[in-house]
Amino acid sequence: MLAEKIAQANKEAVERLQNAQPTVVGIGTAGENLPGMTKKTVLHAGPPVTWEKMSGPLRGAVIGGLIYEGLASNEEEAIKLAASGEITFDPCHHRDAVGPMAGVVTYSMPVWIVQNKTFGNYAYCTFNEGLGKVLRFGAYGEEVITRLKWIENTLAPVIKATLELAGEIDLKTMIAQVLQMGDEGHNRNKAGTSLLIRELAPYVVKTNFSDDIKADVLSFMHSNDHFFLNLTMPAAKCALEPMKGIKYSTLVYTMARNGTEFGIRVAGLGDRWFTAPAELINGLYFPGYSEKDANPDIGDSAITETSGIGGFAMAAAMPIVQFVGGTPQDAMNYSKSMYEITEAENNAYKIPVLDFRGSATGIDIQKVIETGIRPIINTGIAHKDPGVGQVGAGLVNPPMKCFEDALEAFVEQLEAAGEL
Amino acid sequence: MSKINELFNKEVKVINIGLESFYNDLKKQKVSVTHVNWRPAAGGNKKLASLLSRLK
Repeated sequence: MLAEKIAQANKEAVERLQNAQPTVVGIGTAGENLPGMTKKTVLHAGPPVTWEKMSGPLRGAVIGGLIYEGLASNEEEAIKLAASGEITFDPCHHRDAVGPMAGVVTYSMPVWIVQNKTFGNYAYCTFNEGLGKVLRFGAYGEEVITRLKWIENTLAPVIKATLELAGEIDLKTMIAQVLQMGDEGHNRNKAGTSLLIRELAPYVVKTNFSDDIKADVLSFMHSNDHFFLNLTMPAAKCALEPMKGIKYSTLVYTMARNGTEFGIRVAGLGDRWFTAPAELINGLYFPGYSEKDANPDIGDSAITETSGIGGFAMAAAMPIVQFVGGTPQDAMNYSKSMYEITEAENNAYKIPVLDFRGSATGIDIQKVIETGIRPIINTGIAHKDPGVGQVGAGLVNPPMKCFEDALEAFVEQLEAAGEL
Repeated sequence: MSKINELFNKEVKVINIGLESFYNDLKKQKVSVTHVNWRPAAGGNKKLASLLSRLK
């Protein structure tokens, strides 16, 4: 009887995920659109974490966020303010948002507004800054703040005006397409960025901004292969959110890391996080860097894997094996092994090399524990010191403890309700 | 002749479940063998296996 209830709940949860219609509907700001934001709220990636326990890249991004908001004028003032208790730190996930790497979001930052048209809920994400010295890797120098201001004052207004002309953009169809073009939507977003430029460019040129500004905006998007990541992430977030609170469901609706801890949340266990120390990433390093430079796993971008793309669709993204290590056969094996721990095959995200099989979708904590197979996450590696940036890319798994604790809590919850 | 002896007079085709060393030994002797990638539920962790079984 209980097994039937769980099976039914998981079926409903995965149906909600599969029926989602993530759609770009506009551009807003964190302060105006995200629930409960104040000038002194700083959001970050992953599960909750205190200033004292934050890793280097997250601390650096917080320092940068406070300088960007004008709440501090230098590093020293920012550190003092961050440690003072005056700042409210909260996960992006608690405010309908997601952020790559450090994931720091502050009041004035512009955000993509993505709506799940089936259920009406929203998800938000800032603009991707590009590679090198950027806030999401904990850099907070003048060039970082200048770029963030350009994003706020130039890029976001142009894209906002563009979307008003272009109309809404169906992200589900676009993500389905990019999987046919060598992307997996997490660590490879070259095709997605290209498709987005194709959608936007005809309308960018119709806006009333100067030709120089339009050219700068198009060049900025063109120069950053991960520009589309900040759309696959909120697409996944708003698709997964309707799973939250489905009684008896053992499916995972959040996987996220703050650089110190990895956390998961399970549909039938509501808002509760199950955390364990974040692991180091097994991958390839850029010249001059090695494992001793690496920060443990960080970022909300594992929301892509939670929704069935990213590492789960690695077989769709063969070029990526040269970036993260391994062979095309490894990529196929990773994608295939994920069917062992998931509820369904995706109805939209298909993998050509697996005979257009839908990617593995809907991670079940019962199956993870039973098989010992952990979800595979395809990710970037941040330097452990603030401001250095990305030092490599590779593969990582969530700690098994997150799933073990969640299973135990699930059984305890049923016991408390008199169902066991 | 018993059935088991009949079997060993033919070419033996083996499916190995369990210790991988059995598979490796047979492979070295050029016996046709397939190893099943199997492990006990929850990696043999009794507490976790018991939690899982309560949900079945």
